[in-house]
Amino acid sequence: MTATKAPTEPPSTARPVRRPGDRIFAGSAKGSGIFILLVLAGVAAFLISEAIPALTAPSEDIPGGEGLATYIGPLILGTLLGAVLALLIATPLAVGIALFITYYAPRRIAAVLGYVIDLLAAIPSVVYGFWGLAVMAPTLVPFHLWAADNLGFIPFFAGPASTSGRTMFTVGLVLAVMILPIISAIAREVFSQAPALHREAALALGATRWEMIKMAVLPYGKSGVIAGAMLGLGRALGETMAVAIILSGGAGATVNLISNSNPSTIASNIALNFPEATGLGVNTLIASGLVLFLITLAVNMLARYIVNRRADFSGAN
Amino acid sequence: MSTDIQAAPGGTVQQQEPVHSQRRLPRFAPLGLYLAGIAVGAGLSALTGFSVTSTVIYGVILGTLAVYVASRAVEGRRKATDRLVTCLVTTAFGIAMIPLVSLVWTVLDNGLARFDGAFFSNSMYRVVGEGGGAYHAIIGTLVITALASVISVPIGLLTAIYLVEYGSGRLKKSITFFVDVMTGIPSIVAGLFAFALFTLLFGNDFRAGVMGAVALSVLMIPVVVRSCEEVLKLVPNELREASYALGVPKWRTVVKVVLPTAIAGLGTGITLSVARVIGETAPLLITVGLITGTNLNPFDGRMATLPVFAYYQLTQPGTATQAFVDRAWTAALALIIFVMALNILARLISRFFAPKTGR
Repeated sequence: MTATKAPTEPPSTARPVRRPGDRIFAGSAKGSGIFILLVLAGVAAFLISEAIPALTAPSEDIPGGEGLATYIGPLILGTLLGAVLALLIATPLAVGIALFITYYAPRRIAAVLGYVIDLLAAIPSVVYGFWGLAVMAPTLVPFHLWAADNLGFIPFFAGPASTSGRTMFTVGLVLAVMILPIISAIAREVFSQAPALHREAALALGATRWEMIKMAVLPYGKSGVIAGAMLGLGRALGETMAVAIILSGGAGATVNLISNSNPSTIASNIALNFPEATGLGVNTLIASGLVLFLITLAVNMLARYIVNRRADFSGAN
Repeated sequence: MSTDIQAAPGGTVQQQEPVHSQRRLPRFAPLGLYLAGIAVGAGLSALTGFSVTSTVIYGVILGTLAVYVASRAVEGRRKATDRLVTCLVTTAFGIAMIPLVSLVWTVLDNGLARFDGAFFSNSMYRVVGEGGGAYHAIIGTLVITALASVISVPIGLLTAIYLVEYGSGRLKKSITFFVDVMTGIPSIVAGLFAFALFTLLFGNDFRAGVMGAVALSVLMIPVVVRSCEEVLKLVPNELREASYALGVPKWRTVVKVVLPTAIAGLGTGITLSVARVIGETAPLLITVGLITGTNLNPFDGRMATLPVFAYYQLTQPGTATQAFVDRAWTAALALIIFVMALNILARLISRFFAPKTGR
């Protein structure tokens, strides 16, 4: 804090003096940022290095005895099935919730309601697993039986219906509850940013509240909702404990949602088998984890790309 | 549309679709119709063996239908659609409340059975049946979460400072982008990363609490960066400029002006990020595992943690099944209480440490 430059200098060159403290501080801040990039690269590198033994091993040594693709294939199917089901259920609900909180609920309690929805995101996933097993699965058994009788012509409901309810359908519903707060949080944000002038103009022209939302809010928030849905999808793809607890999985590839034999998901398969795995089994599980990492990475990057592209021209920031 | 502008104030002359209809439902009519629909739904449900689920389903459908039809008859198509959407949106919110209430109720109902002193003071050492507790698991969770915070908070905070105060150009953009992407890493993948890292460094049989802490850090760092970045951006530029004008170097400006101004938000963000990872199960399951005794050293040997403890109590019960299930639910209840306490703490921090702006 000694004397600064003389005030006669033009302001454009009046940079703060670089002291050692400055350099150390700026360097450590920059170093932390670069370190994060290295961690992400490290996640990929270490997973690949531990997965290589499974990728190069002869197919009869892989658990199941028929090669890596046959082992991981049904798991990928199960992962996508559960996550997409959750997404289909959660997205319309989340949009409804976001609209309710931003435009329908009384102003005074809207913030509280938003906080209550956020509480859903705070509950640990293992607790969701407990709840799904104890409450959701038994509650949904009648629906399983009904669906097998009446919707059996659709491959997804081919049956025979599970009597325990520990099926992919139940998993999809529980996952939907888990990703609901994520999607609705982002939808809420973009809906509340819809330009007030557009909204007021619509109302002034005699639009009803729904027409105002349809004309001014939804077009503006569409990409935000898509991005939020993608983030929710990424979360549902990687969800582990709830699926591991609820699903009675392990059967081969099938799209039947309501029977006792379901394909497991990548994440839950790792959680269930990793503690007891040895040798090449560990490498195989890590290879499946690598696949999951790549899928979620792609989904998340796409989502962030959509969010950022929107942020560039929205004028919101 | 143009013809009925003059006609509108005078009342409804013969026209198909008035822009502004004079006729409206009385103020509380929609609510009354909706409730009537639910009452009829309850009656319908009683005919086929009463249950709450079918009452709600029938009731909501009938109530919505009643409001729509009445509004359509009295107020016209546009207003009716508006009312229909209002019903649907409100129903969506109601549906989202059901799992929250049900979950909290279930956990309280099952968890209170063993919510006693022994649960918080005993470990599972040499316990095979009833009794025992989660003391070792709670200690393990606290140790591992604290270690994860020690790793994550400096890195996350410094990165946030870099992004807000120093960063520019492509490095800043790529860090922002990849931090966002990192928030989406599945927790089990973080666990596999920690496992692979320590396996390469220390061999196959190495197990220690620090593995779990590293895995949790991978999940925690991006959350810390994002929340701290948002808060630092809120610090007014005038404060920084005033500090520079007094000749204060940049790093002291950050440490003495920017961080104290933002301290409330930083505390809130960091507390919430702790709440985010304290309930993580999967990475700890595959790295740290579970033991029955208390291990205070996170650098040697397995440790018990509360979520993993809950998971194994439920999925691998011993001979006295009910005792194990009770312990599992109580552990879940304790976990929810921890998370909620951290959330409330975060709110209190933001309230009590908020900067005194004097405005």
